[in-house]
Amino acid sequence: MNQRFYDVEVFWRWSRWLKSRRVQRKNAYFGFTQKKFGVNIAAAYYVLHLGGSFRFTDQSEWVHANSRGKFSYNFLNTPDSTIEEVDLSRTLINHNGLDNIVSQKTLRSLSVQGCPNVDDWFLARLHVFGESLQELDVSHCPRITVGGLVALQHLRKLRRLDVSSLVGVSSPSLVRILLEEMLPLCEVTGAEYDQGFVQHDSMGQLKEDTWLETRSFPVCIYPAGSEPRLAPSHSGEFLFLQAA
Amino acid sequence: MSRWHKMLLSGPGYSALAISRVVHSWRFSLNGSRNFSTGKRARKDFIQDLEGQFKAIREKAAAAMPGTDWSPVELRRDLPPDRADIVVVGGGVIGWSVAYWLKKKERVRDGVRVLVVEKDPTYSEASTVLSAGGIRQQFSLKENIQLSLASVDFMRNINEHLWVLNEDPIDLQFNHSGYLFLASESVAHIMEENYVTQREHGAKVTLLSPAQLKERFPWLNTDGVVLASYGLENEGWFDPWSLLNAFRRKAMSMGVFHCHGEVTGFTCTTSSRETEDGDVLRIKRIKYIDVKMPDSREYQPVECAIVINAAGVNSGKIADMIGIGSGSEHSMAGFSLPVEPRKRYVYVVHCPDGPGLESPFLIDYSGVYFRREGLGGNYITGNSPEETEEPDISDLKVDHEFFQEKVWPHLSHRVPAFESLKVTGAWAGFYDYNTFDQNAIIGLHPRISNMFLATGFSGHGLQHSPAVGCAVAELVLDGGFRTIDLSAFDFKRILQQEPILERNIV
Ligand SMILES: Cc1cc2nc3c(=O)[nH]c(=O)nc-3n(C[C@H](O)[C@H](O)[C@H](O)COP(=O)(O)OP(=O)(O)OC[C@H]3O[C@@H](n4cnc5c(N)ncnc54)[C@H](O)[C@@H]3O)c2cc1C
Repeated sequence: MNQRFYDVEVFWRWSRWLKSRRVQRKNAYFGFTQKKFGVNIAAAYYVLHLGGSFRFTDQSEWVHANSRGKFSYNFLNTPDSTIEEVDLSRTLINHNGLDNIVSQKTLRSLSVQGCPNVDDWFLARLHVFGESLQELDVSHCPRITVGGLVALQHLRKLRRLDVSSLVGVSSPSLVRILLEEMLPLCEVTGAEYDQGFVQHDSMGQLKEDTWLETRSFPVCIYPAGSEPRLAPSHSGEFLFLQAA
Repeated sequence: MSRWHKMLLSGPGYSALAISRVVHSWRFSLNGSRNFSTGKRARKDFIQDLEGQFKAIREKAAAAMPGTDWSPVELRRDLPPDRADIVVVGGGVIGWSVAYWLKKKERVRDGVRVLVVEKDPTYSEASTVLSAGGIRQQFSLKENIQLSLASVDFMRNINEHLWVLNEDPIDLQFNHSGYLFLASESVAHIMEENYVTQREHGAKVTLLSPAQLKERFPWLNTDGVVLASYGLENEGWFDPWSLLNAFRRKAMSMGVFHCHGEVTGFTCTTSSRETEDGDVLRIKRIKYIDVKMPDSREYQPVECAIVINAAGVNSGKIADMIGIGSGSEHSMAGFSLPVEPRKRYVYVVHCPDGPGLESPFLIDYSGVYFRREGLGGNYITGNSPEETEEPDISDLKVDHEFFQEKVWPHLSHRVPAFESLKVTGAWAGFYDYNTFDQNAIIGLHPRISNMFLATGFSGHGLQHSPAVGCAVAELVLDGGFRTIDLSAFDFKRILQQEPILERNIV
């Protein structure tokens, strides 16, 4: 085995590279689509392409792909409709992918629950929705830390924020209180107040628990009523998440 | 031999094995073979003896081959190699970043042999680890804005750049809070101009009126403030150690040599060149660089083709070692590198009622700054002294009077909650201060044909280090800037006495 050290190393590098390329490709900038069909259609297409769903401002129906990742192209007929709500939970979106939806100045609600690639840099870019975003769900994102949550101060219209089960935040209830102070008009859901105080004497224990929770969530939590959207190809990424 | 050794080391089972061994060897000796099992005591002696024997071999080898430092046993692991293509003087964040980019840009594996020489592996006085760790886009020179943008892009993807196989991913502990500059009436117009330049180059900055300020930061006293500019994205602060370590770890994994020693001198050749107006200029070329090892008086010369001067506050001294300035030419003074240490104090204060999570990296027009540190009501703060009141630079002692007189009054005026603060700690660090125009000096030294400079950052070197490293590597390996044109930072501006100043509001 030790003679194969460099082979294994190269293999490892490759697999990492492929993995990150997949995320990159998923989040590539849809410049061509934007030029050809306009920013709204590009944003809608991007959301569906990632496996998410959205709702146009003037419609009440959510648009999403079926379990095999196929979706209807009806949205091509309404190039002027802007998106009001986006659900990108458990998708591969990262901060680069945001480029495709920053044009949606009417975005009122965004959920990126359980996204393995949503990190502090992603949160720091959300200021572009400062004038419209009212609801944000970033729960279960393993990469988020306090360093990124502070950037939510630019979302002056925010009324509801979900920050529960963030493994990267070490004292969740203190952070929740501080977030409430920072965004006085916003209702923050997250750790119960007592959780953080318990944490002081048994930090390791609790951390382990939250960790277990995130480890199992990709397979078991779906919003009520919606069909599971976790395509088989996604599971690779979640496996990665579990191993990390 | 190895089995015998193993036996020596195995504890509990030792005696039984030893007995069988003795019996065995006795039989061997009967057969006329050599008896090597010599009992417990002799074995111990043998190990002790080994060291003496090695020493003897070493002495013999030294006697047989005088003039080489070859030894069958490696004596010191941190001795620099005899030869390197590129020697980087100074292993601060700039030095390691340059080393990383040189390796990254080399076209064939092990194409360039890079050596980083650092005198103090604990970095007790290096500016990098004593800095406030801030990064901002709010500059007025386009070069500085571009450097910041490129650096922040690097930090965003730091794990793609600097992650090393089998190591933990890098966590810079980046805190995404923008810089908030406050302008008084007399400087508001500068702020507006800077804002235009910054937006032009893609920085995400916004201007705020005093009323908006009050709304967003109720704890702020806006008296005297007519305008503020606030960074929305890509600004904040991070852990300088993490960045330095990440660069160092990655560069070493890519094959950069490093050694702990101090650069104390150079061996140069000199050639003469005539200038346009007939003066004779002596141009030096470094052949060897003398590295003094710690706790020893020996020098190890390292043959090198290119030297990169990234010695931070000491880079002026390093350039002086080559003896530029001690010539007959009248214009010599213009050739010495105008970088010197300037002491800056940073105070850690505790104030439970201070600004919360939304606290920005605030910079008041009086020069006082503060930022949050962690979540427990701690802040770090400081101010730059007047040019005429620069503190003594012989040590890193902190002057607490300075806080009482020059920092606290302004601070508590701006944020009344800070009237009840408590100073819980303080430290001092040296700015690598460019006395000429407080901007970086990047490029070839005009009188030393193979020394590149990357110094003089005067308080924003840490944040620019990723992009500067790339630019210097391009200069060295490609012969010119490729990604960001930094020719404005060339030494030439000092010769021509044309400073490029940041239009600061403080
Ligand atoms: C209080 C303070 C706050 C700051 N805040 C910020 C900030 O918020 N943001 C920001 O971007 N920047 C900040 N800076 C500036 C920043 O720290 C520096 O610009 C930057 O660290 C310079 O890096 P460097 O590698 O050139 O220097 P250094 O980190 O000083 O590294 C130079 C190294 O060279 C070594 N060396 C010197 N002479 C020799 C020799 N003869 N032989 C061998 N080795 C030698 C030294 O031991 C040292 O380790 C701050 C600085 C201070 C002092």
